[in-house]
Amino acid sequence: MSGDLRGGRIVVVGASLAGLRAAETLREEGFTGSLTVVGDEPCPPYDRPPLSKQVLLGKASADTTALPMRRDPDADWRLGVAATGLDPLEKRVMLADGESLPFDRLLIATGTRARPWPNPEEASLDGVFTLRTSDEAGGLAERLAAGPGRVLVIGAGFTGSEIASACRERGIEVTVAERGPAPLVGALGGTLSKLAAVMHRNHGVDLRCGVTVTALRGDGNGRFTGADLSDGSRVDAEVCVVALGAVRNVEWLAESGLAAGPRGIACDAGCRAFDMYGIVTDDVFVAGDVSRFPHPLFGYQMLSLEHWGNAVAQAEVAAHNMVSPGPMRRPHLAVPTFWSTQFGINIKSVGVPTYSDHVVIAQGSLEARRLAMVYGYQGRVTAAVTVDMAKSLDYYKNLIETAAPFPPPPGAADRAIAADITIPSDVPDPSGLSHGPTVALTGHLPDRRLTVVQPSR
Amino acid sequence: MQIVVDLTRCQGYAQCVFLAPEVFELHGEEGLLYTTAVPDDQVERVRQAAAACPVQAIVVGEAVSAGVR
Repeated sequence: MSGDLRGGRIVVVGASLAGLRAAETLREEGFTGSLTVVGDEPCPPYDRPPLSKQVLLGKASADTTALPMRRDPDADWRLGVAATGLDPLEKRVMLADGESLPFDRLLIATGTRARPWPNPEEASLDGVFTLRTSDEAGGLAERLAAGPGRVLVIGAGFTGSEIASACRERGIEVTVAERGPAPLVGALGGTLSKLAAVMHRNHGVDLRCGVTVTALRGDGNGRFTGADLSDGSRVDAEVCVVALGAVRNVEWLAESGLAAGPRGIACDAGCRAFDMYGIVTDDVFVAGDVSRFPHPLFGYQMLSLEHWGNAVAQAEVAAHNMVSPGPMRRPHLAVPTFWSTQFGINIKSVGVPTYSDHVVIAQGSLEARRLAMVYGYQGRVTAAVTVDMAKSLDYYKNLIETAAPFPPPPGAADRAIAADITIPSDVPDPSGLSHGPTVALTGHLPDRRLTVVQPSR
Repeated sequence: MQIVVDLTRCQGYAQCVFLAPEVFELHGEEGLLYTTAVPDDQVERVRQAAAACPVQAIVVGEAVSAGVR
């Protein structure tokens, strides 16, 4: 059985972080068959986080962020050609160039793309950008280098905030428009969003919250000149960055019979895709931003994560399971973790902050711009966010993994004075925000009981 | 040579900044910025930095070289 799984034909659709790490892991796990990796972008796999940081700051050009291989996966790279369909019966992936690739097992890692501005005519104005690909980053970086009078950023999620931060660091005036009450509120809740708003304003960002952009305006020659806001005001700017979150690349699977929709492709904890009837497949696997998977630490809700670390960890599990027989398969149980650098501070998160009802400031303080905030749900620690306190994060990760009581017991020597005073976490309904959530709880709770799994010793 | 730093893992010990300051820099207290494409004269320093990283967050390797087929 396992001998069969180490051979045959594997196709990976998606040639970014998850696709590359899966391809490497397949070989590490002993796969000796034929391996094809399909990617719609013409360039080799590259890293995206630097695009909103180093690249926008002008410290690196957008075409230099290629990902290093941990080992050469000895794959046939089909780059610059998109997958257009999947025939699960014939077991073939159709490509945009008319070819179709037969497979024995398939990994889907098509990720996401930037959510476009809803009005296509306005979106096509010269000077209006989204930021997801290296091409988009290159174009935006070029405009920023030219020293525009003002940049308008629509959406104050992590990407929008990082773009605003880069603009200010380059001395460019920037207006940020956000429909929600504060930056990052959808990801981090009310208390830390107040700190985020202060960071924006202290760095000279013209932050407008509680407003939507109603129209983008051009000069008649197709060049962006400014935008109208819902409060009746107008922002004059030369560049506009639309940072409204991401759209999952699932359209090519519309006829495939898989459980693929706007929130991603549903799969089990072993990365096997569900079909539209909720029956698990055994030859189609999913990893990275395009997946939705159940996590026992968060009530078995289906998580969709747009996290670098999740793409790596899930790709490794998927690859392992693609070449391993049933009893040898592993669940994807990594605790969600992400980071963001903006306005000179480093924000790191572990767990799912939106899966919370209360928070405590366990170390540091908002005023010091250095703190660890712990999130709890019904008396259990479910997440932690640090600001310039990354070394504490592993401690809180352990509390999450062991379902420690909330508020957490005294742990750190520099415990904050009011570390046992809980504050409502104040996580808003994501539908009230400009930007999409980076962590989405897309299921419902079948019941409110916690499950405790005690491994036998 | 290309590098990527697993910033999920990075805790800001900044050993890399001491060993290869032309490639790695701290941005604020603990945010790390780095040059993704390592210049040839920095390769040895980057290897040392990768080896010295207390949390082994630096991945060193070559980019996929396949072109469009």
